[in-house]
Amino acid sequence: MTTHEVALPSYLEQSPEVRDRFRRIAERPVVLKVNRLGKTFDGVKERIQALRDISFQVRRREFISVIGPSGCGKSTLIRILAGLEEQTAGEILLDDREVTGPGRDRGMVFQGYTLFPWLTVLKNVMFGLELSGATNGIVGVSAEQEARGWIEMVGLEAFADAYPHELSGGMKQRVAIARALANRPRILLMDEPFGALDAQTRCKMQSYLLQIWKNVDVTIIFITHDLDEAIYLSDRIVVLKANPGEVQEVIEVPVEHPRTPEQFLSREFLAVKKRLEELIHPSKEAADMLPIIRMTQVDDDVY
Amino acid sequence: MARARYFIIWKELDPQRRRGFQIFSFIIPLAIWSLVSYCPAVWHPMMKVSDPGDITHFTADALIEKGAFYRENARAAEERRRPAQGVPANPVYLPAPHEVAASFYKAFVTPPRLPDEPWLHQSLWHSIKVIVWGFLISSVIAVPLGILCGTYKIFSYLTEPFVEFYRYLPAPAFGALSVAVLGIYDGPKVAIIVIGTFFQQVLMISTTTQRLDPALLEAAQTLGARGLKLFTRVVIPGILPDVYRDMRILLGWAWTYLIVAEVMGKSTGITWFINQQAKYRIYDNVYAAIIMIGIIGITTDVFLAWLGSELFVWKSRKKSALSRLRTVYTSSAAKSEIVQVTHDHA
Repeated sequence: MTTHEVALPSYLEQSPEVRDRFRRIAERPVVLKVNRLGKTFDGVKERIQALRDISFQVRRREFISVIGPSGCGKSTLIRILAGLEEQTAGEILLDDREVTGPGRDRGMVFQGYTLFPWLTVLKNVMFGLELSGATNGIVGVSAEQEARGWIEMVGLEAFADAYPHELSGGMKQRVAIARALANRPRILLMDEPFGALDAQTRCKMQSYLLQIWKNVDVTIIFITHDLDEAIYLSDRIVVLKANPGEVQEVIEVPVEHPRTPEQFLSREFLAVKKRLEELIHPSKEAADMLPIIRMTQVDDDVY
Repeated sequence: MARARYFIIWKELDPQRRRGFQIFSFIIPLAIWSLVSYCPAVWHPMMKVSDPGDITHFTADALIEKGAFYRENARAAEERRRPAQGVPANPVYLPAPHEVAASFYKAFVTPPRLPDEPWLHQSLWHSIKVIVWGFLISSVIAVPLGILCGTYKIFSYLTEPFVEFYRYLPAPAFGALSVAVLGIYDGPKVAIIVIGTFFQQVLMISTTTQRLDPALLEAAQTLGARGLKLFTRVVIPGILPDVYRDMRILLGWAWTYLIVAEVMGKSTGITWFINQQAKYRIYDNVYAAIIMIGIIGITTDVFLAWLGSELFVWKSRKKSALSRLRTVYTSSAAKSEIVQVTHDHA
């Protein structure tokens, strides 16, 4: 309510610094190109169109969030990008090469904990390195040394020999991020990675992720349903709408870098949030009202 | 209040009480057995003759049914002969606990009646060998097949319908056939155990394999694993502890086939011993032998359970001494880390 009353700038307004930053991003090469992507499922009675004509581009080291109401197909989208599902239309180009099926060039962090429970933290992070048999071409560095470096980066060197069941949820996701990054993917796909964490841990993880992204050469596509999270982390936000899932708008976030939690109440932040609210929850009236009959005494009002 | 605690669904009891109740689970049947054995008022349908008196067809230590005993004594009294003396006793097939306990020792040191018959420990060893061979032969084929069925649909469709059908055929039904094919010695016995175990094993291992978390396979794929690597690096290690648990259950089932198996052809092993002792009416030995099967079974299982928790440290909730030490160390590290993070924000 309050956001509607406070006079906010347009979410399209950008400070000179921010505008300059977007101009510099635009000069970077395109890493991922999604062209008219579509996905239909065979339902019981009819064919269900989950995604239609999804097109966007991601430039090197950009942080892109995909947001939308539940059922908009954002998870399907990222699974197609990861190669875990197949699109029924359109194409995905990574560095101008079409991708099919999963591969080590697209790392993924899942919402559920997917660490291999039989491997220690160290061995989990080494998993991809051992498979490829290479240590990304760095001479004289063993897979173990390299893995230890990544574990150190997420601050878990004391847990290198622990098994996943000995870690908290936040620690598990940090290991999952280290495991994905150790493979040096071109793009890191994150499917609501902090969705299962409590609010405090999530907040901490967001700040970790920003630090990691700042220091590692990686492009990130981040799925979330949390508006604040999307604004706080992203350069751009791809807003999807449901039935069928289509791109509604791609928003350039006008909040300055480096990001801090204090910016949650800044005017630019709230301006974007207001716009997202309008897009994702357009009209709050009739649809959300429950048909409840009154079951309290006449004079017993809560407001 | 205290009593209500026991009736909270899935509520674990404190360790002391738990151990107490676990011991009690053995004490209850033992107490019932003792009550029936040592308390004449409970059952004791026989009389054990201590002095046959003038009744010619009674002998000392004979067990006579109570009705017959009193009838004979009454007739003896009429004919002014000396009546027999006796004490109430249980039938021969229900020896008292202390008699069975004694025969645990006696049975091992008593030489067999015929020189070419095996001692008890030889019979037991024979049984264990039959079980182990049967279980090994079954496992060598069923475990890989089960894992393949649980992993690749083609193996599942090629195998499981027939296995589903076959597992309903009772293994002992193949007794005569296996004797005809494999002779009268250990061949048919091992075969019965293989038939009894194999088909359940394939299905059980297949089901276990299918229960692997598909998210782990997806995660591995996004890390660059594919084909055979996916199978050897994710499927196999992921299901291993559950397969191990299945094997423990199946080994227990294999024991249940032992008794039927050992009467195929030339009777051998513990079954031969039990039947032989029953023939001689030495029932305390029969009980001792049956209890011995139980002891061997539970000892093996307790050992395998312990071995499993050592092999699959990552699965067990209990921690090894080493990892407990590590937790103490790292929790202090984590604390300093939190301090650092709040410092960063400030």
